[in-house]
Amino acid sequence: MAGTGSAGRMERLFWGVGSAIVVLYALIPVAWLLSLSLKPGADLGDRRFVPQAVSLEHYVAVFDDPQFPAALWNSAGIAGISTVAAVLLGMFAAYAIVRLQFPGRNLMLAAALSVAMFPPVSIIGPLFNLWRTLGLYDTWAGLILPYMTFTLPLAIWTLAAFFREIPWDLERAARVDGATPLQAFVHVIVPLAAPGVFTAAILVFMFAWNDFLFAISLTSTSDARTVPAAIAFFTGSSLFELPTGAIAAASVVVTVPVIIVVLLFQRRIVAGLTAGAVKG
Amino acid sequence: MSFRDSAEHRLAWLLCAPAVIAMLLVTAYPMLYSLWLSLFRYDLRFPDERQFVGLHNYITVLSAPTWWQSLFNTALITVGSVAVELVLGFIIALVMHRALVGRRTVRTAVLVPYGIITVVAAMSWRFAFDPTTGFVNGLLGLEGAWLADRWTAFAVIILTEIWKTTPFMALLLLGGLTLVPEDLLRAARVDGANAVQRFFRIVLPLMRPVIMVALLFRTLDAFRIFDTVFVLTRGAQGTEPVSVIGYNTLITRLNLGLGSAVSVLIFLCVLAIAALYIKGFGIDLSRREDD
Repeated sequence: MAGTGSAGRMERLFWGVGSAIVVLYALIPVAWLLSLSLKPGADLGDRRFVPQAVSLEHYVAVFDDPQFPAALWNSAGIAGISTVAAVLLGMFAAYAIVRLQFPGRNLMLAAALSVAMFPPVSIIGPLFNLWRTLGLYDTWAGLILPYMTFTLPLAIWTLAAFFREIPWDLERAARVDGATPLQAFVHVIVPLAAPGVFTAAILVFMFAWNDFLFAISLTSTSDARTVPAAIAFFTGSSLFELPTGAIAAASVVVTVPVIIVVLLFQRRIVAGLTAGAVKG
Repeated sequence: MSFRDSAEHRLAWLLCAPAVIAMLLVTAYPMLYSLWLSLFRYDLRFPDERQFVGLHNYITVLSAPTWWQSLFNTALITVGSVAVELVLGFIIALVMHRALVGRRTVRTAVLVPYGIITVVAAMSWRFAFDPTTGFVNGLLGLEGAWLADRWTAFAVIILTEIWKTTPFMALLLLGGLTLVPEDLLRAARVDGANAVQRFFRIVLPLMRPVIMVALLFRTLDAFRIFDTVFVLTRGAQGTEPVSVIGYNTLITRLNLGLGSAVSVLIFLCVLAIAALYIKGFGIDLSRREDD
């Protein structure tokens, strides 16, 4: 950072206060959910930001109800498989785009870009109809297919951006030194490519974990209903009252992994998000 | 063409094939199917009455005030949130760029709204503005039900959207800020340019490509808004955006013909927005790939 040596105390204070405000901005809704989830049922209507008493009753309730654990399992499985599939297919395509000369290179990138801009709501009708005919409605595969497809552009662009930075000549150098093609690939290229692949996987997983539109359009029961859909359709003891405490507790449970991932991989996520969009 | 070339082409196509096939099967084919379905009267509750009606569904949608209102709602949410996000995103990007202490903490914190599930974020704001559970009214000493009135409901929807997506904008802009040469800024400072002049005369012009790409992606994203509105109002109080109209027609009312016409119209809107940005504002998305 140039120019910081001469930065005065006022300037430092200014940016320090700015940082504090940004952190507060980002965390207030999360803190609010945590507060709601810990309030005893009777205190839910006290309209205070900070709970006056703490209780774990909503967490117990949310795990007692079979809906939520089933949704957690569905979400983890569906998002996990979609991630592996999208990153694998994305790797093949990104490798071809970066390393090989072929006439369809730009067409490939343009196709990925158009899928990235595509409105999912435009195809939920046909998918709903097709999936019912093919027996994919309300199954894991029925959600994995659209998630994999809609995250492919993200995977291809991120991976291509990372692959472009790999010094591929090292592979040839290893070959000259007597390594077999497989050895050269496994010992030289894989370690260099792994961070990029991992970053793409995080971003793809976040997308699949977050989706709501496909989740409510293509599922109907806890066989394949994911967390966002389950949270939006939580039913409490009364049909007419939103089970605030249970929703807050479930929300906290699914937000904790996000916070852990963000804490551990902050640099990678930032690099991945900006890789495709900022270059040049 | 040498043998090596054709072998390389074949390998390249082989590697791209799975991705291309997936994208064609899950987006292009259903889109064409949507186009086909939109020409029929086709209600899944009365599947036997399926009948070719030409452009009749489009006439029905385009002559319904609901469609135009939802298009207005979507435009309002899109313009309202993207405009604020650009300004707020710039401020956050500058803070992340300049902050010396706790830089890591700030970057980690802003990734939380980005990573959090949209439905969860919307629930949090819904509870916050709720007249019985919410802290907002308690804090402001108000009694109103924010989500029960059209304009305040829009305010909450736009606020939720801004909170969730500004970090993405800020991170893209931060990426652009790091490309602005510090030497240039220092030279301008020596020449007597103040902070405002440096920002508008040097930083902004240099960042134009990054800003346009960020705006394009955020505009398209905001135009497709669904989760936030579904959780906050379910489209009540006249806040329905086009995606909610599409969802309700297709999935709730099972009217595939009419719903497909809505789907195709939404697709055309997205196409128009992308074309406007790319042709109108001259965003060159391919250039970045050839360097």
